[in-house]
Amino acid sequence: MSDEKDTMNESTTAQAGPDAGPGASAADVVLRVENLAVDFRTEGGAARAVRGADLTVHSGETVAIVGESGSGKTTLAMAVLGLLASNGSVAEGHIWFRGEDLGQAGPQHMAHLRGTALGLVPQDPMTNLDPVMRIGRQIDEGLIDNGLRTRRDARGRTVELLEEVGLPDAARRASQYPHEFSGGMRQRALIAMGLSGRPALLVADEPTSALDVTVQRGILDQLSDLTHELGTAVLLITHDLGLAAERADKVVVMYRGEIVEQGPARDVLMNPRHEYTRRLMASAPSLASRRIEIARERGLDEVLDEALLAHEDGAVNGVAAGEPLVSVRDVTKVFKIRGHGLLGRSKDFTAVDGVSLDVPRGSTVAVVGESGSGKSTLARMILDIETPTAGTVLFDGRPAGGANQAERIAYRRRVQPVFQDPYSSLDPMYSVFRAIEEPLRAHRFGDPEARRERVEELAEQVALGKGLLRRFPSELSGGQRQRVAIARALALKPELVVCDEAVSALDVVVQAQILRLLAELQEELGLTYLFITHDLAVVRQIADRVVVMQNGMLVEEGTVDEVFDSPRTAYTRALLDAIPGKDLELAL
Amino acid sequence: MLRLVGQRLLLLIPLLLGLSVLLFAWVRALPGGPVTAMLGERYTPEAAAAIEAEMGLDQPLIVQYGKYLLRLLQGDFGTSLRSGRPVLEEFVNRFPATIELTVVALIFAIGVGIPLGYLAARRAGTVVDHTAVVVSLIGVTVPVFFLAFILKYIFAVELGWFPTSGRMSPTMEATHPTNFYVLDGILTAEWDAAWDALVHLILPGIALGTIPLAIIARMTRAAVSEVQNADYVRTARAKGIKPARLRTEHILRNAMLPVLTTIGLQVGLLLSGAVLTETVFAFSGIGSFLAEAVFNADYPVLQGFVLLIAVTYALVNLLVDVSYGLIDPRLRRQQ
Repeated sequence: MSDEKDTMNESTTAQAGPDAGPGASAADVVLRVENLAVDFRTEGGAARAVRGADLTVHSGETVAIVGESGSGKTTLAMAVLGLLASNGSVAEGHIWFRGEDLGQAGPQHMAHLRGTALGLVPQDPMTNLDPVMRIGRQIDEGLIDNGLRTRRDARGRTVELLEEVGLPDAARRASQYPHEFSGGMRQRALIAMGLSGRPALLVADEPTSALDVTVQRGILDQLSDLTHELGTAVLLITHDLGLAAERADKVVVMYRGEIVEQGPARDVLMNPRHEYTRRLMASAPSLASRRIEIARERGLDEVLDEALLAHEDGAVNGVAAGEPLVSVRDVTKVFKIRGHGLLGRSKDFTAVDGVSLDVPRGSTVAVVGESGSGKSTLARMILDIETPTAGTVLFDGRPAGGANQAERIAYRRRVQPVFQDPYSSLDPMYSVFRAIEEPLRAHRFGDPEARRERVEELAEQVALGKGLLRRFPSELSGGQRQRVAIARALALKPELVVCDEAVSALDVVVQAQILRLLAELQEELGLTYLFITHDLAVVRQIADRVVVMQNGMLVEEGTVDEVFDSPRTAYTRALLDAIPGKDLELAL
Repeated sequence: MLRLVGQRLLLLIPLLLGLSVLLFAWVRALPGGPVTAMLGERYTPEAAAAIEAEMGLDQPLIVQYGKYLLRLLQGDFGTSLRSGRPVLEEFVNRFPATIELTVVALIFAIGVGIPLGYLAARRAGTVVDHTAVVVSLIGVTVPVFFLAFILKYIFAVELGWFPTSGRMSPTMEATHPTNFYVLDGILTAEWDAAWDALVHLILPGIALGTIPLAIIARMTRAAVSEVQNADYVRTARAKGIKPARLRTEHILRNAMLPVLTTIGLQVGLLLSGAVLTETVFAFSGIGSFLAEAVFNADYPVLQGFVLLIAVTYALVNLLVDVSYGLIDPRLRRQQ
């Protein structure tokens, strides 16, 4: 993998040179953004989303814009494409594309440019394809409307384009609908679409952040290879520093609408000059072990002492020995999939296949795997949402859930979930106060006054200001919402918290904050965590033990250090290799 | 697709069985017993005896229901107390009129409602948008019979542009092979008759179609507002496709999914709204006939018509579900 990256760097250096300054020839410049400001009309007047932005992209060069959500990175790119939302407009500055001022381009000309010279690979493959139109047709129409192909030979070209991005059986696939494609296949189709007009500049907006890590790598490689081959310049938008370091010649860091730093990728990441870049570096989930992280905060000696003591007690990685809180024994879950037709036979699908694992009290166990690996089904069985087909789940020595309704309700108090999407797991009509109070009410906790006190206590624990309690989810940031979800989970003083991709939807800085909060709460309240995630970097930050799942089976288990330093199976190695920015880490 | 139709037709059986039980029980639970309630002023011992014999009131309820069901299966929906003609015949005679009226109302509601809602969403916050909102608000709030009277007064009585009532001018000579008057005129090449029947449909059609128009316009506006900001629409624009293609193939087609469901539900409302509209315009469809049946306590007619309207309603909704699958490929697989 790293070989290929090096060749990429070499070749691009040969072409343009990442720090080609004023000396570079003007013909070489594909895009020059000058003092750009973008405003959005809102109820409270104009809000400036991008201000004073300057940047240059040379032909064949990959420039990454890095920043958290709301930093203006997508807005900047959309302004270049002329695809700002209807309430957005360029307030100041110029966008020069191949020497032409795009601010002067009429809508028709702009549309033609988008079809022939500018391309977009959007962020989320699930929402960016028209659900009621066949994939092939969605590519055909761009070719036809821009006069690149006639109605008759458009399809042939479409199939070529789909083959080019590595979609197997492209001719047949072209006549399928988006819902018949997996996430990775959809993203490949979107790349084919973005490159269909053979653009000089391709905007890739978080092109793989919605995909599994192993799929991510393959698609990014495909994208790099293709743009390199075609000599396409790429404006790569990402919140992932590792990805930027690995794929870009030049990095542009944006913070609150401004470009705070830019330069050759390695320079920016190795010697960050701006405070925000440093913070971004510090909070990027790294391969550094969690203990080093804690050591950095608390002073090294104390932690090393603790580790030594723990070793003497016969415990590993600070995990106390003794009865595990959760004990999963040979658990299998089979789902029946309904067959076709009235007489169609139903098929069995084994989601979890003979898995055994222990979650020691007070520890954090991470279950890692790609989507479809059965990790969420396992979590749902521990939460008593699903019942195992075979095997047992023991909680505190007794079967999880309970024999009757009363026991099940009691079980719900001791085991609480925190789900992935803080946007959809909170009721939009509930205030923050009501959302946190709800489990207290449902379990008849005290009188209204006692509940109010408990809610305020919880808000304080998760560092949510009192003023936020009256707000509604739509008025909160992603990180604040996830804090609400955590407070709600903690309301009933559970022993086990099951975090299903609990930080996957968050930006790195916020992710680091939430992970730190979870670690603090664990220490304070003696919580046990089961962490379901596909993100191995996060695992290294928080977990004591790791369980790797593939196709419903447990393929590897061990302490974080064992699994990360000497993975035993090829699958685990593939997962580890797929973490973006691994090379950067080694370089540092 | 065929399997879906088959399955949905099978589901009609329990629906109709349940409804027949209710209708059967309803007539037998009438205050004073079915005979007194049905005959009222028309009561004579002979008539009472005839009804008792026909309904088999001296037999156990289960036997009575069995016989009722058996007659239904044979297409015997009873006899109108007022006209003495079979209920099914009365229905078949009048239903084409109501279908014609409903179709015209639907064409009006869809033809005006969808463009209005689309324009309102595309020009959100402008005069077009506000006008559309006000128009649709008026449409929803004004009662059908009131609107019908106003339309009739202005355009028929005062301006004289349209006829005031009926399905056809009394002086018009025409043959009626199907009882769909417009269709009859076309089939028999009696163009003046077809035109005359069509003109008679305009005002009642507008009166009946106004509420669905308002609802369809609002649904379209909401759906288009959402779809035009969808990611895939932005991606489509990024391909540089022509605006007309963007409008029809991406925005409108996706926005039609919720609107189509609304239209299906509106057809049911149109059938019930027809009672008032047909009464105002003396239009001899099932609506005005049902109203008469209520005033005259013509229970066999009410029983039969309710059942037949229910079948129609279920079939229309089946049609909507099928067309849903045509628009949305994701539903085809589930279907």
